[in-house]
Amino acid sequence: MDELTLTEALLSMKLGNPPSPGEHVVVDVDLVYLHDGTFTLALEVLRRLGAERVFDRRKVLLFIDHAAPAPHLAAATTHLAMRRFARKHGVKLYDAGAGISHQVVAEEALAGPGDVVVGADSHTVTLGALGALATGFGSTDAAVAMASGRIWLRVPEPVKIVLSGEPPGWVMGKDIALALLGALGADGAIYSSLEIRGPALKAISMDSRLTIANMGVEAGAKYTLFPVDEVARAWMEARGRKVKPLSPGVRARYSDELVLDVSGLEPMVAKPPRPDNVASVSEVDGVEVDQVFIGSCTNGRVEDFHAAARILRGRRVRDGVRCIAVPASRRVYMELLRDGTLEVLAAAGCIVAHSTCGPCIGAHLGLLAEGEVAVSTSNRNMPGRMGHRESKVYLANPATAAAAAVTGRIIDPRTLLPRGVRLMEV
Amino acid sequence: MALRVRGRAWRLGDGISTDHIISGKFKYQKARLEEMLPYLLHEIIPDFYRKVKPGDVIVAGKGFGYGSSREHAARLLKMAGVGAVVAMSVHRIFYRNAVNVGLYIAISKNVPPATETGDIIIVDLDKGIVGNETKGIYERLPPLHPIVKELLEAGGLEGYVASRGKLPWEADNLTSHP
Ligand code: SF4
Repeated sequence: MDELTLTEALLSMKLGNPPSPGEHVVVDVDLVYLHDGTFTLALEVLRRLGAERVFDRRKVLLFIDHAAPAPHLAAATTHLAMRRFARKHGVKLYDAGAGISHQVVAEEALAGPGDVVVGADSHTVTLGALGALATGFGSTDAAVAMASGRIWLRVPEPVKIVLSGEPPGWVMGKDIALALLGALGADGAIYSSLEIRGPALKAISMDSRLTIANMGVEAGAKYTLFPVDEVARAWMEARGRKVKPLSPGVRARYSDELVLDVSGLEPMVAKPPRPDNVASVSEVDGVEVDQVFIGSCTNGRVEDFHAAARILRGRRVRDGVRCIAVPASRRVYMELLRDGTLEVLAAAGCIVAHSTCGPCIGAHLGLLAEGEVAVSTSNRNMPGRMGHRESKVYLANPATAAAAAVTGRIIDPRTLLPRGVRLMEV
Repeated sequence: MALRVRGRAWRLGDGISTDHIISGKFKYQKARLEEMLPYLLHEIIPDFYRKVKPGDVIVAGKGFGYGSSREHAARLLKMAGVGAVVAMSVHRIFYRNAVNVGLYIAISKNVPPATETGDIIIVDLDKGIVGNETKGIYERLPPLHPIVKELLEAGGLEGYVASRGKLPWEADNLTSHP
C-alpha cells in the first residue's frame, strides 16, 4: 500500500483495487447535492429523460442557498419547485437560511473519506478537506447521478503539494490557497488531483483546510485532497463520524510536485480580474474600497469571523464603506451569536445577514455599481461577478477584509492585529 | 452523424470563464434558458447571440470554461448556434458539460494563437483534425474516449438515452482507454 497516492487509496476504497490516472471508471455515488442555481436545469433533464426519481432518498440533498430567501420571482419559482420535489421524493431540503451547501455538508460531516460526492456546483471540491472524492458537475451529470446512483469518472493525475515550514500566527488558509493558486495559475491543475501534505499541516485548522480545498478548483483541480490525520480525525469524530487515519504512501508517485514554504508568506490578495492574479497585500496597499464582503463557502466559517472580529473589536467600519458579514451556515451563525462575535461585528457597523451565497455571486444583498471596488473573502473575482462588469473585486482573507472595512482601503492587517495572535484555530 | 464543423472563428483570449459566458447575476434573474440567451458572452461581445451564425467556432486561449459548474454556459453556446469550441486548454466541468449537451470541443496548442476573428476553422472529431483554413494551420487531435464519441454522436446525453434507452455506461464499452 505504500506506493499509493491518496487519490488512488481513496478510489480503491470504492473500487476494490487502485485505478491508474487517465482510466475511466464507473462508481457508485455516496451523495448528490444540488442548489437553487443548478436544480431547475437538472429537473428539466430528469423530466426529458423520463427519469424523475431519486436512487436513494437519503443520498440526495437540496439546498436553497444561492439567492435565498428569494430576492425576485424567478428565484421564488425555483425555490417552490425544489420544495415540491423534496416533498414528493422524500429528500432532505435545506431551505433558505440553513446555509451554503458545501459548508453544511462539511460541518455535519455528511461526507467522509473515500465518499464519492457529486455536487452540482464547482466548489464541491471543498469536501476534499475531509478526504471525500468530491467534485463539481453540471446539471445533466448531477441529474443522472441523482436518478441512477452511478457516475463515470476519469481518474485524475495526482499532484503533490507540500506545505513546509511553520505558519506565522496571522496566516490563514486563504493566504495559503492564494499563494498556491498564484504558483499554479488558473489552468495549472486542470484535471489534477491536488494532494495537500507536508509538515505544516498539523498547524492548519479544518476551517482553513476547507478554504484551501475550496479554491483548488480555481486552478482547475478535480480534487483537493487532505490526508485523514489527527486534526481531521478529531474534527470528524466530534461530528459523529468515525474514520481511520489515511495518508499517501511514502513511495507514491506523482505527475508533478510543488513545495510552498508557509513560514515566508505575506498576507495575500488576488487582484481583479482573476483569482490567480495573486499579489502580497503590500503590493496593493492603499487601494480605496467601497464594499467589503466577509462570507461565502470560502471564508464564512467560525475561524473567519473570529479573525475579522479581532480587527473590528472596538473599531468602526469607515464611513462610506459597506461591510457585509454573512456566516456560511446557521450553525456558524449560532456559534458566533453565542460567543459574542456577531455583536462585535454589528457594533462595528457591519451588516450582519443570514446565510446565503448572495453577494459572492452578485445574486442579492449588495451588488457593486459601475466603478466600485470591493474586498471579498470569496473565491472568484471575474468581471461582473459581484455586480457591474466595470466593478473590481480583490480577494483576501477575513482579517485583510476587516482591515479594509475599518480603514476604507487595502492595508496590511498585521498593522491592526494584536501581537502574537494566532488566527488559525487548530 | 459526422462529428464535423466548418465555420467562422470568434477569437477570445485566455481564462474565459463560465461567468463570462453567462454571468451569474443574469442567470439568477431569468428562469428559462431562452431568456438568458441575450446575455450570452455579453460581458465580452455585446449582442453575441445576434451576431453569431450557425456553425461558428469559438477559438480561445488557455483555461476555457473556468469557474462555475453552470451547464447553462455550454447549453447557451449550443443554443446560439456555436458549432464547436477550440481552446488551448479546457476546464473539466465545462468539458463534461459540453459533451453532455453535444457541443464539440477540440483542445489545440497551435490553432488558437494563429487565429483571428473571421478565419475559417474546421473541427473534424472523426478524422481527429482541427485547423484554420484561412491561415493553413492544421493539428492532429488525440482519439476521443468511446463514451465521449458516442455521446457527441447522439447530440448529447439526452439524445443518447432517447435513442438507446440506456445510459452509456450501462453498456460494456467502459474500459480504460489510451
Ligand atoms: S458562496 Fe459563492 S462560490 Fe460558494 S457556493 Fe455560493 S456562490 Fe458558489
